[in-house]
Amino acid sequence: MYVAVKGGEKAIENAHAWLAEERRGAPDIAELSIAQIREQLSLAVNRVMAEGSLYDPDLAALAIKQARGDLIEAIFLIRAYRTTLPRLGYSNPVKTDEMACDRRISATFKDAPGGQVLGPTFDYTHRLLDFKLAAEGEVPVAPTLQPRTEATPHITEFLKGEDIIQDEPASDATPGDLTREPMEFPSNRPLRLQSLTRGDEGFVLGMAYSTQRGYARNHAFVGELRIGKLAVEMDIPELGFAIDIGEIELTECETVNQFKGSKTEPPQFTRGYGLVFGQSERKSIAMALVDRALRWEELGEDNLGAPAQDEEFVLSHADNIQATGFLEHIKLPHYVDFQSELELVRKLRREAEERIKPKEAAE
Amino acid sequence: MADQTKILNAERQDWMGLLARAPESALMTLWDRYETHPSFEWLRSPEIGGVMVRGRAGGTGDRFNLGEMTVTRCSLMLQDGTVGHGYVQGRSKPKAEVAALIDALMQTPAAGTVHDQVIAPLKEQMEADKTGRASKAAATKVEFFTMVRGED
Repeated sequence: MYVAVKGGEKAIENAHAWLAEERRGAPDIAELSIAQIREQLSLAVNRVMAEGSLYDPDLAALAIKQARGDLIEAIFLIRAYRTTLPRLGYSNPVKTDEMACDRRISATFKDAPGGQVLGPTFDYTHRLLDFKLAAEGEVPVAPTLQPRTEATPHITEFLKGEDIIQDEPASDATPGDLTREPMEFPSNRPLRLQSLTRGDEGFVLGMAYSTQRGYARNHAFVGELRIGKLAVEMDIPELGFAIDIGEIELTECETVNQFKGSKTEPPQFTRGYGLVFGQSERKSIAMALVDRALRWEELGEDNLGAPAQDEEFVLSHADNIQATGFLEHIKLPHYVDFQSELELVRKLRREAEERIKPKEAAE
Repeated sequence: MADQTKILNAERQDWMGLLARAPESALMTLWDRYETHPSFEWLRSPEIGGVMVRGRAGGTGDRFNLGEMTVTRCSLMLQDGTVGHGYVQGRSKPKAEVAALIDALMQTPAAGTVHDQVIAPLKEQMEADKTGRASKAAATKVEFFTMVRGED
């Protein structure tokens, strides 16, 4: 029940003023700039762009500053801003095989054309705190070699030649857009992928981990993981042709999964797909595992009742803004609801006490 | 105007794409150095909006909506009637205006000068940045070698 109440304006105003002061922290410490956040906390910026579902590094950095580093709050700010933008159009599908790869690895093919390129990875670091970073240091310089000029084809292309991996035939059907129409179930793969790519990293990771631990296990290998920049192209009606409207960084993960075959399909490898804004490796691997688990019906697999196979469960709970909105609203004033609950409990207690009393008297 | 039809769409696609992707500071610095800034009339003043970026499932399959990116667009007309369009990444109205002016000028006899003073150096800078990253990536490419086995 909602009842309008007045009061607290001054308290709210003062709370916000204190928030601003706390956000700034000790005044004798230098203030963070948006550019510093964008350049030096870039993986946080990437997460805010991916889950905020808006690619704009400066805006994401501003949101992180405003949210005092609370990334879900920052994502909330970006989602709210996003709704104020007129939709200028839809891009042509990005051509991830043309990505300028900073990183490209395969856990399945050692000698993949294009090679195993590690890029700026945390892998193989010892996860020991580096106290050198606590002191002001020199600007580090990465070694360079002659850049590769050959193409970097998708690794699944090589398996396709042998026809032992599921095909992903191109379709130009207009995909549903959950920013335009509310999600309905059963949904479809394009909607699932949109929901997962903007879903909470922790939630998608937990769901993916559950499949690895045996809840709808599907034995995933990372067939390929690539991170890099690529151009985004859109048809411009007033020109009559398509132009690049910008360049974005993406992380793409393709998993190769075991499949015994079904009534309709011969034994072959199946696939899961992850594609996420920015350098978002953990998220894109997790997305691919969950995507694969949700394809059970299309592949004629058994429904094992695992949470990661239940699209309604996964997609209804993946969005951290919906989740936090509902969760956090319970701390806002519910005085009237609570008052009625209080009345009810008192009444029930009175009735219970009256039932007990005559019994005691009889003894 | 007759010249306009002769310009290959492919060339225009190239310079418009370059302007869209260009870092704002690099573009503005080069434009500030360009000799004359022509007067123009707005056909559509700069507007900030979002474009829904699409991907394909599995890289090749069904299209899906990945998320939006910010884009600013505008259209203008030079005094001789040449129309220029600006579509640039991000939320900078000045960048969109400069992109539209350059798009217009590239369809006029000033094209050669604009190309030499703005487009070519901009392209060079952006390619140098790209090559810089590619050469760092190349240095992290794994070279495998087989260990000698222990069995006689």
